[in-house]
Amino acid sequence: MPYIANTQADREEMFKRIGCADFAEMWRQAQVTVPEPSLDKLPHGLSEFEVVSNLKNLAAKNASELVNFLGAGYYDHIIPAAVSEITSRTEFYTAYTPYQPEASQGTLQAIYEYQSMICRLTGMPVANASLYDGGTALFEAMMMSVRATRRRQVVISEAVSPIFRKMIECYSTNLDIELISVPAGIDDSNQQALLDAVTDATACVMVQYPNVFGTIEDWAEFTDKVHVKKAMAVCSTYPIALALLTPPGELGFDIVTGEGQSMGIPLSFGGPYLGFMSVTQKLMRKMPGRICGRALSHTTDSEGHDGFVLTLQAREQHIRRESAMSNICTNENLCALSALVYLSCIGKQGLIDVAQLCASKAVFAREQLLAIKGVEPVGGDAFFNEFVIKLPTDAGEVVGKMIDKGFAPGFPLGRYYDDRRDQLLVAVTEKRTREEIKALANALEGVLWN
Amino acid sequence: MELIFAKSKEGRKGTSLPRTDVPVASAIPEKFRRQKPAELPEVTEQDAVRHYTLLSRKNMGVDTNFYPLGSCTMKYNPKFHERIAVLPGFADLHPLLPQLRHGGGLTQGALAVIYEAQRTLSELLGFADCTMQPLAGAHGELTGIMLIAAYHKTRGDQKRKIMLIPDAAHGTNPASAAVGGFECREVATDSEGNVCIEDLKSKLGQDVAGFMLTCPSTLGLFDKNVKEVCELVHQAGGLNYCDGANLNAIMGRVRPGDIGFDVMHVNLHKTFATPHGGGGPGSGPVGVAECLVPYLPVSRIDKRDDGTYALQYHCDDSIGYIAPFYGNFGVILKAYAYMLSLGREGFKRVSENAVLSANYMRVRLKEHFAQKVDRVCMHECVMSASPQAEKGVHALDIAKALIDRGFHPPTMYFPLIVPEALMIEPTETESKETLDEFIDALIEIAELVDTNPEEILKCPVTTPVRRLDETAAARKPVVADLA
Repeated sequence: MPYIANTQADREEMFKRIGCADFAEMWRQAQVTVPEPSLDKLPHGLSEFEVVSNLKNLAAKNASELVNFLGAGYYDHIIPAAVSEITSRTEFYTAYTPYQPEASQGTLQAIYEYQSMICRLTGMPVANASLYDGGTALFEAMMMSVRATRRRQVVISEAVSPIFRKMIECYSTNLDIELISVPAGIDDSNQQALLDAVTDATACVMVQYPNVFGTIEDWAEFTDKVHVKKAMAVCSTYPIALALLTPPGELGFDIVTGEGQSMGIPLSFGGPYLGFMSVTQKLMRKMPGRICGRALSHTTDSEGHDGFVLTLQAREQHIRRESAMSNICTNENLCALSALVYLSCIGKQGLIDVAQLCASKAVFAREQLLAIKGVEPVGGDAFFNEFVIKLPTDAGEVVGKMIDKGFAPGFPLGRYYDDRRDQLLVAVTEKRTREEIKALANALEGVLWN
Repeated sequence: MELIFAKSKEGRKGTSLPRTDVPVASAIPEKFRRQKPAELPEVTEQDAVRHYTLLSRKNMGVDTNFYPLGSCTMKYNPKFHERIAVLPGFADLHPLLPQLRHGGGLTQGALAVIYEAQRTLSELLGFADCTMQPLAGAHGELTGIMLIAAYHKTRGDQKRKIMLIPDAAHGTNPASAAVGGFECREVATDSEGNVCIEDLKSKLGQDVAGFMLTCPSTLGLFDKNVKEVCELVHQAGGLNYCDGANLNAIMGRVRPGDIGFDVMHVNLHKTFATPHGGGGPGSGPVGVAECLVPYLPVSRIDKRDDGTYALQYHCDDSIGYIAPFYGNFGVILKAYAYMLSLGREGFKRVSENAVLSANYMRVRLKEHFAQKVDRVCMHECVMSASPQAEKGVHALDIAKALIDRGFHPPTMYFPLIVPEALMIEPTETESKETLDEFIDALIEIAELVDTNPEEILKCPVTTPVRRLDETAAARKPVVADLA
């Protein structure tokens, strides 16, 4: 069904009005003279019922019910039902970018509240209305540092998500940017090597907190040393962890980005997700993306109501065109709304409780797994809810066997790190129960030793 | 309305969490611990739900108002799409599953959706292949630009540093070309609204990588010379990029791949009826001609002879990873549902009806407003309020008066080559009655310009806030309430 409103009678009236006999003549008058294509290779249209059945069948072919210890930046957290109830409000989801502030105060205030919560969580004074995902957000942060420092060399730690690093590598290909990748330590970012890589030409150093191995590192002195060389310190972070960890804003970072999927957004096979970004006051006007700000009424006879508008638009593509701060045109608005409602419902204590549950269960899971013969720790002095274990054999093969037993036991790091073929990255969220964790350990022991 | 933070009260809770079933512990050393909790609200679930429900009522959306925002294709979003996207088999699927050993078998349904959507788009657009990965329209543009760059680079043709872009183009075109490492040069539009061939010829040369053309144009017109334009660019060794923002005008009627375009992005949130979400998430798949297939981003999805789907991560010439995974899957899913609903007959019916509605609008409005070009348009008509502006009422004022009359305004002040532009895109899902109401309102406003312009300048008066001072807001920005 093509959802067309007009009837044949409507069309005839309209044709008469515009002076065309039919569609063929309309196309001709519109100067569309190219031959009409045949779409016979495509199937016939279906009814709602048929499409739903068809897609339900496809949904059933996906193993979404595996017990999930897979994370690597994308986590299986609890999502209160209120989140989707609000994002399902069609006043929110059928609107577009709030170009007309008077007709979009709902969206605009939501963005403002979202920006405020991102600031409070990350400890930074300024945030934007969101970007596509954590990887593109980190790339935009890198470009912002390039613009702000007028330097073209950037340093990135290999303890940053390999998924993000591959994206940054891809985007940098045609730009005159020197991307220096610094190998990680056993479970850390090798801060000394990162600092050694910083030169007078370095725009920024990009790290992850906690890093891709789950390790929490001390960045306070590091950022000072980066600043001494007049470079910027950029970190990508995990918002749920920030309930318990010192916020990046207190550690001296200039730009904070991250993947916001963990805040009320389903895993949904890779998107849509949420890239968040917050910066220092000094960088506000260099930031990419939409920004919402407070505004006063303009009309002289108004009651002076406070409202919200998109602001600092002089940075953006529709004004600056090729000199814009970025080519981004929208934000990831509905996902930002999800994060906002999530943070509102979970609340101040709730987010701490979620994070504490993750932390407790991760400690428990690590103990259970390390009790298995042949399973050894890899680092693990300081972590939040994700850690690395070393298996006596290839982790990728073990994972394959664990899947047959109903578990997604973690991510085999060998996929991205050649020297880590026997390492498994295990994530534990508040959704996992004691029984599931024990069952994971039992199954792993079975796979390794039976 | 006060912020959610104002409703906060110490100790109030909005959610319940599972009891701790393991010993309370943590591997976070004391020195890394946050000293002061993040000042998130402390509200009940009801507080939050009421707050955001009330906020939603301060919005106009397609479901509440006619929303003829030009170049944005604000068509109806079928409701069953939303139900499909939340099916656990899709919504709970971890994107890293297919990267695990034997993992491909775990996500066959999801891979089928992406692959089939990609095949449908390729067929519909006349391209050899598609990538569904780009996360929005502008992201699709950047992807397309990078494909063009890779093509020239592989051929050792490294001096092509210029991207030609018409003066009427969307701002994202030059911005994307710049992020892709190109210099932009503008091509003029002629008096009929077509690409100025002479100007194009004068700018084509061995330094030109490609030409980014919106088809139909941002004036809502089909360029009768489009094939010639594409040929000229090819003869000069460049490639043709099609900005597909306006695909709703030609879907099923013209296949851009057939007329000389080499690469094109489409906006699933426009043409394929997925929600705009108040500004995202979108999705901007990119279709390519044969010559660009080797450069498509990884991972790629292939269908094997046995009917199963597999991801390919290693393609020698690929530009690499532009997205974390396979695209905005939830959006692709809804667009695929729409493609299945339309079927081979539906695509052209959509574009025919969209074009008819825009022309009806144009014919009824043209006596009251100016036009840059007076000819049959495509899916949107661009009016100019320059006659009204001479009397002190500008496009912005007309927009605000429309809000008071219950309509979301059209796109204003774009394209830049039309002064006081009002770009109106009605879409095929709106009825003639709705169009008539909107047209009548615009005519009434145009008449008011002569009789009582002050009344228009005061608009809007029915909205939660009156006109806001955007200049002052940008001068002293307040962009967050910090705790």
